[in-house]
Amino acid sequence: MASVAPQNRNVRTAMIAAVFALAMLGLGFAAVPLYRIFCQVTGFGGTTMRATESDADLAERLARSAGAGTISIRFDASIDRGMPWKFAAAQPTQQVAIGQRNLAFYTARNTSDHTITGQASFNVEPEQAGKYFNKIQCFCFTEQTLRPGEEVRMPVLYYVDPAALKDPNMKGVEQITLSYTFHQAKDPS
Amino acid sequence: MATTADTFQAHDDHAHGHHDSDHKPGFFARWFMSTNHKDIGTLYLIFAICAGIIGGGISGIMRAELAHPGIQYLGWWVSFMGGEANFDANLHMWNVLITAHGLIMVFFMVMPAMIGGFGNWFVPLMIGAPDMAFPRMNNISFWLTVAGFCSLMFSTFVPGGTGNGAGIGWTAYAPLATSGSQGPAVDFAIFSLHLAGAGSILGAINFITTIFNMRAPGMTLHKMPLFVWSVLVTAFLLLLALPVLAAAITMLITDRNFGTTFFDASGGGDPVLYQHLFWFFGHPEVYIMILPGFGMISQIIATFSKKPVFGYLGMAYAMVAIGVVGFVVWAHHMYTTGLDVNTKMYFTAATMVIAVPTGVKIFSWIATMWGGSIEFRSPMVWAIGMIFLFTVGGVTGVYLANGGIDDVVHDTYFVVAHFHYVLSMGAVFSLFAGFYYWFPKMSGRMHSELLAHLHFWVFFIGVNVIFFPMHFLGLQGMPRRYPDYTEAYAHWNEVATVGYMIMAGSMVIFFVNIIYALIAGKKAADNPWGEGATTLEWTLSSPPPFHQFETLPVIEDDGHHHVHGHGGPAHA
Repeated sequence: MASVAPQNRNVRTAMIAAVFALAMLGLGFAAVPLYRIFCQVTGFGGTTMRATESDADLAERLARSAGAGTISIRFDASIDRGMPWKFAAAQPTQQVAIGQRNLAFYTARNTSDHTITGQASFNVEPEQAGKYFNKIQCFCFTEQTLRPGEEVRMPVLYYVDPAALKDPNMKGVEQITLSYTFHQAKDPS
Repeated sequence: MATTADTFQAHDDHAHGHHDSDHKPGFFARWFMSTNHKDIGTLYLIFAICAGIIGGGISGIMRAELAHPGIQYLGWWVSFMGGEANFDANLHMWNVLITAHGLIMVFFMVMPAMIGGFGNWFVPLMIGAPDMAFPRMNNISFWLTVAGFCSLMFSTFVPGGTGNGAGIGWTAYAPLATSGSQGPAVDFAIFSLHLAGAGSILGAINFITTIFNMRAPGMTLHKMPLFVWSVLVTAFLLLLALPVLAAAITMLITDRNFGTTFFDASGGGDPVLYQHLFWFFGHPEVYIMILPGFGMISQIIATFSKKPVFGYLGMAYAMVAIGVVGFVVWAHHMYTTGLDVNTKMYFTAATMVIAVPTGVKIFSWIATMWGGSIEFRSPMVWAIGMIFLFTVGGVTGVYLANGGIDDVVHDTYFVVAHFHYVLSMGAVFSLFAGFYYWFPKMSGRMHSELLAHLHFWVFFIGVNVIFFPMHFLGLQGMPRRYPDYTEAYAHWNEVATVGYMIMAGSMVIFFVNIIYALIAGKKAADNPWGEGATTLEWTLSSPPPFHQFETLPVIEDDGHHHVHGHGGPAHA
């Protein structure tokens, strides 16, 4: 204590405290990418998984050996407030074999008189199904641009991971709802 | 001990001829450029009282509106504030009122009074320090808080979407606070949090430095009065929690104005992330508001039981434990955002764990009183009232901690009742207890004990009549944050409004008492509370000299954590 003047000691303590405060400020901002990674890894809050063809092949073989049953998938479509598109699922439900690849379609039509680029956000219910719902191809992976009056049919290629059969939280889940919402894409900046 | 006596001599100007311990600068320099911890503490207290009048007045408008079903007075307020009354504007006015009430009471009443007011006044006095470590930074902290308050007040005069003012709730959830509220009012409200937050962080750094480095010789951490412990823990909570709020609301600002999509699903963001960030700050924030109150109650109970506080170390580390655990329970505010059952289980269990150190404190206060020679002076009745009512709020807190029950009563008046029992009663009763305890020390005048007791009883009845019926309303399903309700809720709402009027009456008694004390109050002795008041501030004159402890007091290692002055009264 004697080696450091009291005033310097105070400044040092204050600096250490300030570093803590700045570190927490940094962590606050770091929470954004960390939260995204957390959701992608754990399927938290119904975040769906993105899979490759080889993942899908493996899942299909696993499902066949496990003798997995079927599950119902319900398709939901909605648009953000002020989005001048018509957006609907081509089929209300599909009864699918767990582990098997399936193709579902959505249709979107631009009802306005100008070209609009949309981006779909997605979610599944119940939330614990998020990490077992795998999409191989999806219109939500990229932005969609529609000219005035243009209508498109958009595919989703997906499968339900047979690992869901082993999850006690998935017991009693007979239907998974896949939901999309189309938003007007933010101007590229 | 001789050094303590020197302090008194330092105050005795007559004996020493020129001595600058009582040399005060002129009015403007003293109050607007203040670097004196006691003056800044006084400024904080005056500011908190003014903000409390405004915040409390707003709750009066809300209680008047809620007295009967339907919309009665909101249109008048919209017109009064210069807007055009219509259905949407009236309901927006309601949102503005709840936002202003919440923000003012949290950031501009409770925090400035507890930490800025009593903390500034008594932390240096209690540890035997001449002043805070960074007196100029102390001044900046205060004026940043005032600037923040002005920014919030200004926001009510500019457009905030549906009408004038920021109608975003004190939580400022996205997307209501982003795409849901166009106009500069919300930016001003958010900026006010930036300013007040920056002021509080600087204040926290100041307290941490002061308490770590400037304790009088012999005053180890384990001999510090519990109020100093409580401010130390609070300062750490501020230091670690407020920057997270700053980050979250900065992202709100950029989402609003610069096209980012941190909390906007259309650009890949998530509004729930904002809630996580907000409550990571918001839960420690509720302990920031109550911990200094715990510290004050400990001093007061010990003083008027004429016993050292029961389980001193347990009391100190219970506050540390509350502070630490307070950082890992935030999602109990978010049970209905779609957490899975395991997450809910963790947050339920972790939240209930906090009841353990809190129980340690409650029982230690009772054990302090047990067998004590209790004197029911005004600070003591307020302190006992706080223990009783805080416990009621604590019990509903354990109840609400359950994820399953919260699914039912989330966002109902039950939650409103709960947090007003712990804050409007826990924190505010502590504030009044501390005020009556230290007012003679700060002003040098005695308040009227009769009026202080009367204030207590009327306030006690008033707040209970306001908030106890809200438990019934909440369990019957009345949602919070709405100005209107069905006929079924009319009875208890009317009762609550009567309670508000009783409470408002008690505030008249409070202000009469202050005015009486300042004009005609008896001169306060150095220690008006007798042998139980053992902390260092009571060894000084009332009010203390402008500069104290120029020669540091020495705390002896005699098993007590305080030193007694024996130099006789400073005022001959």
